[in-house]
Formats: sequence, C-alpha cells, structure tokens
Amino acid sequence: MPQVTLTVNGTKHTVEVEARTLLVELLREQLRLTGTHVGCDTSQCGACVVHMGGDSIKACTILAVQCEGADVTTIEGLAKADGTLHPMQEAFREYHALQCGFCTPGMVMSAIDLVNKHPNGLTEQEIREGLEGNICRCTGYHNIVKAIAAAADVMQGRRSELARAAE
Amino acid sequence: MNVVAPFEGIGASVRRKEDLRFLSGRGHYTDDINRPGQAHAYILRSPHAHAAINAIETAAAQAMPGVVAIFTGADLAAIGGLPCGWQIHNKDGSPMAEPKHPVLAEGKVRHVGDPVAVVIAETRQQARDAAEAIAVDYTPLPAVATMQAALAPGAAQMHEAAPGNLCYDWHIGDKAVLDAAFAKAHKVVTFETTNNRLVPNAMEPRAAVGDFDPQSGDYTLYTTSQNPHVIRLLMGAFVLNIPESKLRVVAPDVGGGFGSKIYHYAEEAIVTWAAGRVKRPVKWTADRTESFMSDAHGRDHVSKAELAVDKDGKILGLKVHTYANMGAYLSTFAPCVPTYLYATLLAGVYTTPVIYAEVKAVFTNTVPVDAYRGAGRPEATYLLERLMDVAAAEIGMDRVEFRRKNFIPVDAFPYQTPVALQYDSGNYFATLDAALEAADWKGFEARRAAAKAKGKLRGIGISTYLEACGIAPSAVVGSLGARAGLYEVGTIRVHPTGSVTVLTGTHSHGQGHETTLAQLVADRLGVPIANVDIVHGDTAKVPFGMGTYGSRSLAVGGSAMFKAMDKIIAKGKRIAAHLMEASVEDVEFDRGTFRVAGTDKTKTLTDISLAAYVPHNYPIEEIEPGLEETAFYDPKNFTYPGGCHIAEVEIDTETGKVSMVNFTAVDDVGRVINPMIVEGQVQGGVAQGIGQALLESAVYDADGQLISGSMMDYTMPRADDLAPVSVATHTTLCTHNPLGVKGCGEVGAIGSPPAVINAVVDALKEYGVKHIEMPATPAKIWNIINGGRKAA
Repeated sequence: MPQVTLTVNGTKHTVEVEARTLLVELLREQLRLTGTHVGCDTSQCGACVVHMGGDSIKACTILAVQCEGADVTTIEGLAKADGTLHPMQEAFREYHALQCGFCTPGMVMSAIDLVNKHPNGLTEQEIREGLEGNICRCTGYHNIVKAIAAAADVMQGRRSELARAAE
Repeated sequence: MNVVAPFEGIGASVRRKEDLRFLSGRGHYTDDINRPGQAHAYILRSPHAHAAINAIETAAAQAMPGVVAIFTGADLAAIGGLPCGWQIHNKDGSPMAEPKHPVLAEGKVRHVGDPVAVVIAETRQQARDAAEAIAVDYTPLPAVATMQAALAPGAAQMHEAAPGNLCYDWHIGDKAVLDAAFAKAHKVVTFETTNNRLVPNAMEPRAAVGDFDPQSGDYTLYTTSQNPHVIRLLMGAFVLNIPESKLRVVAPDVGGGFGSKIYHYAEEAIVTWAAGRVKRPVKWTADRTESFMSDAHGRDHVSKAELAVDKDGKILGLKVHTYANMGAYLSTFAPCVPTYLYATLLAGVYTTPVIYAEVKAVFTNTVPVDAYRGAGRPEATYLLERLMDVAAAEIGMDRVEFRRKNFIPVDAFPYQTPVALQYDSGNYFATLDAALEAADWKGFEARRAAAKAKGKLRGIGISTYLEACGIAPSAVVGSLGARAGLYEVGTIRVHPTGSVTVLTGTHSHGQGHETTLAQLVADRLGVPIANVDIVHGDTAKVPFGMGTYGSRSLAVGGSAMFKAMDKIIAKGKRIAAHLMEASVEDVEFDRGTFRVAGTDKTKTLTDISLAAYVPHNYPIEEIEPGLEETAFYDPKNFTYPGGCHIAEVEIDTETGKVSMVNFTAVDDVGRVINPMIVEGQVQGGVAQGIGQALLESAVYDADGQLISGSMMDYTMPRADDLAPVSVATHTTLCTHNPLGVKGCGEVGAIGSPPAVINAVVDALKEYGVKHIEMPATPAKIWNIINGGRKAA
C-alpha cells in the first residue's frame, strides 16, 4: 500500500493508505481525529473543511496520497496548548453560532480562512458569499455571520462590537 | 466581599455548556464510535422504484476480500417488519391498511433505495466493493410515482394489503353542519395547492453501530436517534424480539434531526441483528446519497380548501380535502401527521365555527414520508394562511383586517375549536400588532415604490399562525390511535456534596438542553449550572423517556424535572426540619436555602444532601437516605404557541430571483428560559421555512427516480440565500404545565412559508398573480413576469 507522510496539528505522521483513501478518511479513521466531519458525498456541505498550508480545503475532495509533505490543521489543532480558544471558536460560542455542532468544525475552519484572505475586514454580504461552500441546517446562518464579523475584528486588531459594548 | 454570582436561572441568555466540545472537535457522534473488532456494513439498495426480485446471487461477492457475511431478506424472514406507531381508522371505522415493512426487501422492492442486501466486511470500502458484485435479478414493474398515478384506475398495485394503494380515507368534523353553514355563505372562496415534498437533510447522515456480548447475551445499539428508548421498544419488542433488559440503545451527540431521526429505521435493526450473527460489532454510516433515498421525507400534500364567508368578512366554515403521500411504506409516525397533527390545526387562530376535513393517505413508489419540523402543522398553516390572503383579495378586504376580524378574542380562552383541540392561552392581537410595528408594515408602500424605481418588485406577506405541541396527553393520543404514551421522565440526583445530575428522557440534537435544562435546576435549586450535568440519550443511564420531537422537551420533559424537583424539595424539607428541630410545615425553601420561617435558622441544599448520604444525625426510621427523585409527567393538554411572521421580499425582474429583504417573527412560546437559544431556534426554523417556500423540493420523475437526490440537485438554503431574521417574543403563559412554557423548536418552520409566498404573490400582484406554488423558483417567476413565454 502507498505511504504518505504529512504533518497534522504539528505532529508528523507516516501512514499506509489505500490509493483511493481520502484525506478526511485518513484523518478520521487512521488518526482518529473525528472533529472533521463528513456531511455529503458531492463536496457541497463543507463539514470536512481543514487547512492545508494555510488554505481551507475540503478534505473529502483530495486523496490522502496527494498530501505528501503537507501541513494540515484540523479543528482539534486550533486552540492553544493551554486550552485557550481561537477567537473564531470564542465568537461562535459567544454569538450562539452553532446548534447541533456537526457543521461547526468545517464552518469555523472556512471562516478563519475567509477572514485571513480579507485583511481589511468583510461586509456582511462578503461573509454570506464566502460561506457558499458550507451548509448549516440548524442556525439559519444569522448568528454565524455575526460571529465571523466579531472574530474578524478581534483577529485583525480592530475594536470589536463586543469591546465597544463593554465600554 | 459580597460576590454576586451571575444569574443563570429562567430568563438568562446563558452561553451554552455543550459548545466547548463541539467547537474543539470533541463532539461524540455515532460515526465517531469505533468498537474493538468492529466490522463494517454496506447496504445494497434498489435502483428501481418498483420491481420483483427473482433471485439474488451473492456467491461472487462472498468470495471478495474482507467479506465476513452477506444477508438478504431470506435470512431475516424470521424477524418482524418495522412497526408503525400510530393506527388511523377510516371513515367507516375500519383500521387503515398497514402492509408489512420488511427490514430487507422480501420478493419485491417498492422505492429507489429500498434495502435489498447487506454486506459485512472488514472495511467499509471492502463491503462496498463486494456489494457491487452482488447480482440481483429484477423484473421492473410499473411504478406509481405520484398520488394521482397511484389512485388512477388500473394503477400498479404496491401492496396486497392496500387495495387501490390507499392507506386510509379519514375525516374529522360534521359534514351536515358544514353544508348548512355553506348554504348561508355570502361567498365561498376556493383554493388548491400542493405542499412540496422536502428532504430533512440534517447535516449528520444517519449511522448505527450494533454490538453484541456473547457472554451476557446483551446487545447495544449506538444510533443517530432523537428517542433511544422508543427505538429500544420498537426494535426490541416488534422486530428482533430482544427484551429491554438485554438491549441498550445509545444516542450520543446527534447532528440535527428535524424529525428525520425519530423513526425506527431498517439499518438499526440490521446492524444489531448482524452483530449477533457475526459476533462482532457492526457499523454502518450513510453517505448523503443514501440519506436522500432512505431518510423519511416530509410534507407532500395535495389539498383543496373552501372557505365560506358572510358579507361582513366573518368566516362561517372551512372545508378541506387533502391527499397525503405516505411513500412506499408506513414510517413510524407517518399516519398521524396528515390527520391529528394537521386537520386539528385548521382552525388556526380564527373563530371558524365549523370545519370538515377529509384526508386520503396514499402509497406511492417513493421514500416513506413522515414528520419533518412542524409535521402536519406547517401544511395546515400554509393552506390556511394562503387561503386567508386569497379570500381577503376575493372579498375585497384588507388582509390584516380580515385576519383581525376573525381572531379568537383575548377573553375567549380556554377556547374550544370545532376540530378537537382546546387552546389554553394566547393573544393573537398582541403578536400581530408587535410584528406590524417591528416590520414597519405602514411604511411598506414607500419601500415598494423605492424598489420599483430601481426596477425591482417588492412584496410583503403576513402569516398569523398557531401550532399544537408539547406532545401529548397519553390518554388522548391513545384514543386517537397512538400505540405509545407520550409522557416524559426526569430524575434529579443531588449528590452528597451538592452537585446535581439530571437524567432526562428527552434528547438534545442541537436544541441546547444541556444548558436550558441546567438553568431550570439553577433557578429552582440554586445550584450553579457548572455543577449541573444533564444526561440524556442512553437507555442504560436514563430510566425511561419518549424523546424529543413536537417541541416537547421543555413542556413535557422540563415539567417532569419540575415534578422531580418538587419531590427533592419536599424530602429536603423533612430532613431540614429534623436538623433544625423544627416542624416540617415551618420549613421554607428558596433557591438552595432551607429556612425555618420567621427565623434566621437555615440549612443549605448541600447540608441536606450531605446529611441524606451520611445519615448519622438522621430520622432513618421515617426517611430513606439519599437524595434522588424521579418523576413521570403526562401533559394535560397540548401547548399552543402562536404568533405573527412577516416576510418582505424583492424580485429581480430580469432573473425572477426572489431575495429575502427582511423577516420579522413575533412568537408567543410561553415562558422563555434562555432567550438566546429561543432566538436561535426561531431563526433556524425560519430558514427551513424559507427553504421550503423558495428553494427546496424533492422531485421524482414518472418512473419513481429521485431527480433531486444530492446536495448538488436539492437546493439547501445557504448563507447568501437568507436575510437577517428579527425575532421577538410576546408571552402568554401556558396554563397547564408548571413552567408555563409552550415550545419553540417548530414555530419558525410553521409560520414562515405562507408569509414568504404571500409576499411573493404581493410583489407580483401587478401581473394578476393569485397564487404561486412552492418553491417559488426564479424559473416560475420569470415565466410569470414574461407572460408565460418560455425563455428563448
């Protein structure tokens, strides 16, 4: 069987995979990183989004063997070692941007990349369009959009709505 | 220093306790479970809508790498079919047709996706590969893909036990009284519509892991369920003949349900039974394609309604005729959806004095249909609230005034409708007025004109709705054909040092019970929510329960907890009386403190729990040690949330695309425990309602092939399809449960579809449009705008 060596959340792994194994299967079934989810089979839902080399990708749409030498971050790798949440995770909690939690890991990973790719901030419409590749069935997206806007402020060093409200 | 703890009780928007694990990738969903020695199941499904199975050849597949076992319907012949939980009776009193629903097909397949065989292999891929090597010899039969086709003379017959493909022909109300009312009508307004078939599409596909312990003979099923005890009962007693004591059902974190995970599905029985046969754990996880063709679908009604009105615009009577699609087999609660959850809601918020409804339920070669968020109530609300607009237009009355004129008065509660239900409380004028104000209804015509100037068509629509939830009084539903009681169970376990574990028979799959239910304990017993753990979803831990659906968790499950807390407080007072050498009648309790009335003698809940578990100074002859109480609560009535939804839309005349501009919801859900969570529930429900109105539809071709069978074809609402939803609540308390709560999970999906379509019709009124069927797609609207001409 082919071998692939990749770094996931800072740890290097060498794994034997079938040639047809998808990255998401490698993560979930071989590395037991079950935070990354599978919600569809047509690359529509975005529950499986992870970061590879800093870009968000759908882990259901790339073969594990294509990930040789890759640097992958999953939802499990976002918080700091001391447990401090990433500002995006914190904002999702603060703004009630999750209900069942199933789309949440992919939504958070997409949102972080979306913010990173817009260093000058995003409009509400840009956030909504930027979430085109992620489906949530619970929230109606309203609170997800608010959370991303708030997290963008924190990530980009602007005074957030929250901070303003507290003052 | 006086430290004031943040208020965490009833009314506080406490942030959710469950979020940390979901946000850090530590949720625990069924597909995350892997048992030692586990094998994997793949289910081979029918590609035909209707076909005879002549032979199934499995030898080649059996020889494939990794294959452990292959089973077909013949292997499962000794086990029962999937049971139906509700029996409806026909007009003539005879019971409905109830054909067998085999776990694996027996001689015939009846819908695309009907399970035919299961392959158990070492890996999922090996099981899938082997399934491709199974040769099934089918003789395709003519399929009936629509209700019209199924009821046509000479139609293909699906079940021997259901002649004419008819499941039942049911009615409610007094037709003679109705006819008399119609004879006096100034005008009779007729409206016909189809309520589009939907695919629930919870983001987590269904999954199941069966486990068997050969030493003890115990079975365990891990499953994506909204009601594990119900699955244990149905599967144990009716399908596999396993006593409850030998069967544990666990529903861990579940990624959304919306009704689709209530039912007992074939795959649950297959993995449990197969685990016993192969003596290994067996895991199955649906891919999304399987979800589309095996999860119960929702809605799918064809209806005609007639409304009799007098010359002042007062409603005299309502007559409804509905065809309801059951799909190929009866799913667990399918028969009650278009009857007791539908026709009983046709009074809505109006004083309609007489209602007659008849419903024919029809088998077709499609996926079974059952409850989906709202279940029957969205269908009733859509029919009624569209009819109200159509009628107002026909009699030349303002649509808001027409509604107001027919509202049930504020002082009329309890209000007995002509279709069985008795509403306990509500104020429809208040929710209407609040919504009109919040949506700036008065200012709309200026916004319409401004949009027109930009070449856009703007419309506004209203829906004043009501639903019945908090399901339901056991004796009542039993008399109506339910084969279960619908009480709920709660256990309050106060530990020796004062922390609390709650065992609830309800199940959380997005609703936030771990927070809201903890708030009930914080409010009453004064225990910080950090010290309150909510346990649900495991028949080995929770005494019993009926699960979560019909917006019942708080109204029924919360009330059971309330009763259990009553018992905790009563016992605590007796212990406190002993410790403080007072009479039990003199002991008062308030949020964690027992006090001898009129004195400064107090004991904390922790003092009492410690005494109860370390009973040194304790009236052991009179009071048992320990501080744990269980209560079963059977509701006295349904609860009746209601309110007003207003949708504002803008149509691009070039493309026909409808954009949501604004959505206002003012709902009366009774007492609100956590406003943040209620708002989130309403927003999510409204999103699903907008999805039904504008985007979603399960489409079959004439041969019974599901055309919209993937997320590329079935239009799920995405972030840029929706607009901000403004949510407000206006409370009248439920009068018959101790919390005063009504339920909030379904209101969004029930109230919103007619508001959206009423807005679309309003936007298109200059084109003479009286109605547009859901979903109001750009193609339909473009054709209207372009006078029915087809695109060149």
